[in-house]
Amino acid sequence: MKITLHQIAHARSGDKGAHSNVGLMFTSQELYEWAKINISTSVIKQHFKSIAKGEILRYEMDNLLALNFILGDSLGGGGSESLINDAQGKTHGQALLLMEVDLPDNLSQFVSSK
Amino acid sequence: MSNIIRIGNGQGFWGDSIDAPVRLAKDGPLDYLTLDYLAEVTLSIMQRQKLKNPNTGYARDFLDLVERILPEISDKGVKVITNAGGVNPQSCRSELIQLAKNSGKEIKIGVIQGDDIFPTLAELRKKGVSFENMDTGADFDSIMDKVYSANVYINSSTISEALDKGAQIVLAGRVSDPGLALGPCIYEFGWKDQDYDLLAAGTLAGHITECGAQCTGGNYSRWQDVPNLADVGYPIIEMQPSGEFYITKHENSGGLISRETIGEQVLYEMGDPNHYISPDVCVDFTSFNINDLGGNKVSISNVAGLPPTDSYKVSISYFAGYKASGQLTVSGPNAYEKAQLTAEIIWKRLKNTGVTFEDTSTEYLGLSSCHGEINAFPSQINEVVLRLGVKDSDKNKVNRFGKELAPVITSGPPGITGFSGGRPKAQEIIAYWPALIPKALVHTSVDVV
Repeated sequence: MKITLHQIAHARSGDKGAHSNVGLMFTSQELYEWAKINISTSVIKQHFKSIAKGEILRYEMDNLLALNFILGDSLGGGGSESLINDAQGKTHGQALLLMEVDLPDNLSQFVSSK
Repeated sequence: MSNIIRIGNGQGFWGDSIDAPVRLAKDGPLDYLTLDYLAEVTLSIMQRQKLKNPNTGYARDFLDLVERILPEISDKGVKVITNAGGVNPQSCRSELIQLAKNSGKEIKIGVIQGDDIFPTLAELRKKGVSFENMDTGADFDSIMDKVYSANVYINSSTISEALDKGAQIVLAGRVSDPGLALGPCIYEFGWKDQDYDLLAAGTLAGHITECGAQCTGGNYSRWQDVPNLADVGYPIIEMQPSGEFYITKHENSGGLISRETIGEQVLYEMGDPNHYISPDVCVDFTSFNINDLGGNKVSISNVAGLPPTDSYKVSISYFAGYKASGQLTVSGPNAYEKAQLTAEIIWKRLKNTGVTFEDTSTEYLGLSSCHGEINAFPSQINEVVLRLGVKDSDKNKVNRFGKELAPVITSGPPGITGFSGGRPKAQEIIAYWPALIPKALVHTSVDVV
C-alpha cells in the first residue's frame, strides 16, 4: 500500500554545523524492522536531492526504534552565515515525513489515518 | 544522600518563555531550576557589550526572573543553575546580591570561571593549541584577528563544587547544556568522575530537557494529539541515585509526555548516537531502555557511558561580514510569475548601479522554499512572499540592497504589498568556529559569596 512516512513515523531535525540531522522514529517494532531494510542512505539521498548537497550518514538506534540521518551540506552554508529561510534545518524532519513509500499490506494495521 | 531530586528546565535558549521558569518554581515541587541562556553566538554579543561597559556581558533577563522567584529561592530552597553569567558572572552576581538585599533577602551565589579563554588566546597558541576548525579542518590564522569570543565547554563537577560550597544560585558561563542538570546529580548523589554510566544518565536527562517544551509536546510530529499547548508544562527530571530517572511535568499543565515526545527530543541535534561526547563523559544513546508509564511520565534506565576524551570543545565566534534580507508579498493573477519578475527587476537595478554581492538568495515563501523538489508544484498560486537576501564584506553594498526593495511597489508589476518595518539594514554576521583544547590547559575556579 502507498503511504507517506508521516502515517507511520515521527521525525525531528536540527542543525549540525553546515549539515542537518533528521531523526526518524517508528511507532512499532514491525515498522522499524521494515524501515531498517528499506529506508537506506540512497533512498534519503534521492528524497533530499534538492536540499542536501553532501554525503548522507545513517545510524540505527534499536532501543528507540529510530534511524538518525545526517544530511551533508544542507543549510546553505549553515548557522549565521546562511541566507536561506530555514538555515537551521528545523523543517527537514517534516520534509522526510512527506516521503511516499510502498508498505507491505501485512503492516497496514500500523498505519495512522492522521 | 537524597533518594530522588526534581530538576526542571525553564529556559531552552535565549528568548524562550519568560513565564515558564516562574511556573516551574511556583506550581509544584521542585529542587533545582536549570536555565540555558546561551546560543552559540550569544557569548560574542556579551563579550562586545563588556568591551563597551565592563559591568555588562551577562543575560539581563535572568535578573528579572530572579526578582520574580526570590521567595522560592530564599524560602522554599529551590536552587538555580544557569549559564546566564555569560562572560561576566561576577557583575551578574553583584547585581543579584543587591537585588536580593532590596527585598530584605540574603542569598549565596556561586560563580564558575575559567571557560572564557578569549583574553589568553595568543598565549594558548604559543603553547601549541592550533584551534583548527574541528568541522572543516580550516586554519585558525584565517580568522584569528576577527575573533569576538572564545569559550570552553567546561565540565559539570564545577557546578557540583559550587553547590557543595552552599550556593543557592550557580552562575556559569559556557558549561555544557546537559551539564546544568548533571551538576546537581553529581552533588546530591556523590557521583564520581569514573562513574561513567551514572554521568551518562545525568547527561542524557539533561539532553532531553535542555530545549524546554520540545520534549513535552512542542514541535511534536503528532501535534494533533497534544492537549493545551498554550499552557504547556516544561520538563522535570526525577533523578535517582542509581541513574534511573523519570521525565515528567507539573500536574494540570498542558502538553504531553510520552515515549514518542521524549524519543523525538533524544534525536534532536544528534550526530553519531553511539558516541555523544560531553565534557564529562561519552554517552551511548543506543544503550538505554525507555518505558512509557502513562500519565505524562516516562522512565529511562540502563544508560551506558564511556570515558570522556582528553580535550574540551571550544566555542569561538568571529566577524564574517554583513548580511540583510527583506520580503515582499505578491498577490493576484499570475502571482508567481510576477514575483519572479520582481526579483529579476531588483537584482538588475542593483547590477546596473554596479553593486554585486559575494552571495545572494532568492526564495519564494509558500512555494516549497523549505522543502524544494520534495513537493509537487501547485497548480493554483494566489499569493507568494518573495524573500531576497545578500551577503558581503562591504557594509555599504549590503545597505544599498536594502534601499532597492520598496521602489518596486510602484515601479514593478501590480499586487505587491507587505513591505513593512522599513528598509532592511546590514547585520553583522557573527560566525561560529568550533575547536578543541587539551583539558590540562583549562583552569577552572569556583567561589561562593
